[in-house]
Amino acid sequence: MAVIVRLPTVLRPHAGGERQVDAAGATVAEVMGDLIGRFPSLKDQLFESEASLRRFVNVYLNDDDIRYLGGLDAGVSDGDQLTILPAVAGG
Amino acid sequence: MLSVTTAVRDQIVEHCLAGRPEEACGLLGGTINGESADATVCYPGRNLAASAILYELDPKDHLLADRDAEERGLELVGVFHSHTHTEAYPSPTDVGRAPDPTWHYVLVSLRDQEPVIRSFRIQDGRITEEPLETSATTGDN
Repeated sequence: MAVIVRLPTVLRPHAGGERQVDAAGATVAEVMGDLIGRFPSLKDQLFESEASLRRFVNVYLNDDDIRYLGGLDAGVSDGDQLTILPAVAGG
Repeated sequence: MLSVTTAVRDQIVEHCLAGRPEEACGLLGGTINGESADATVCYPGRNLAASAILYELDPKDHLLADRDAEERGLELVGVFHSHTHTEAYPSPTDVGRAPDPTWHYVLVSLRDQEPVIRSFRIQDGRITEEPLETSATTGDN
């Protein structure tokens, strides 16, 4: 499956400055793996450990937060859009 | 420097006033010019924390703002939020949670009769105030 991954400004320096990149996989985890394979420095930006995303990273598959779709195991389809966003918070 | 249109400035303040007694937040769309940015679109957001001392922008609002900005050929250039009882200066939480060093951080204090609006950069844990200029153009809204 080929999906489009959209990156926030804070992560673009880790992906050759691109606003969006194509990546492949059958699940969100596989897509992330493909992405990190090409842009290794994204790994620490996105992942707390092998199996879990950093707490302050939000990932949307099309219109839905992947937390409500099964997380990293969520299946993806051709043409899906994966949007990575930093959590925006403060006091 | 952060330049905002009159419309954007008004929308920021209106959203912050409407959010009282809780903190209000939202994003700014515009163009980046080196260390400066021109904010021409305001994206009022929901504060999921529903708190007078914390804010957490609804990520769905972030997603929609991100898409809209891209469609307009703009970038998200910063975030604004209110302090209901303290000055318009980033709190330790604001610094600790600052999501993007390229962003401009607009603070609105509602402590006094007149809202006070200021802009900052937050990079490597350091706070630097920057000029906040209001331009006369009406922007894209």
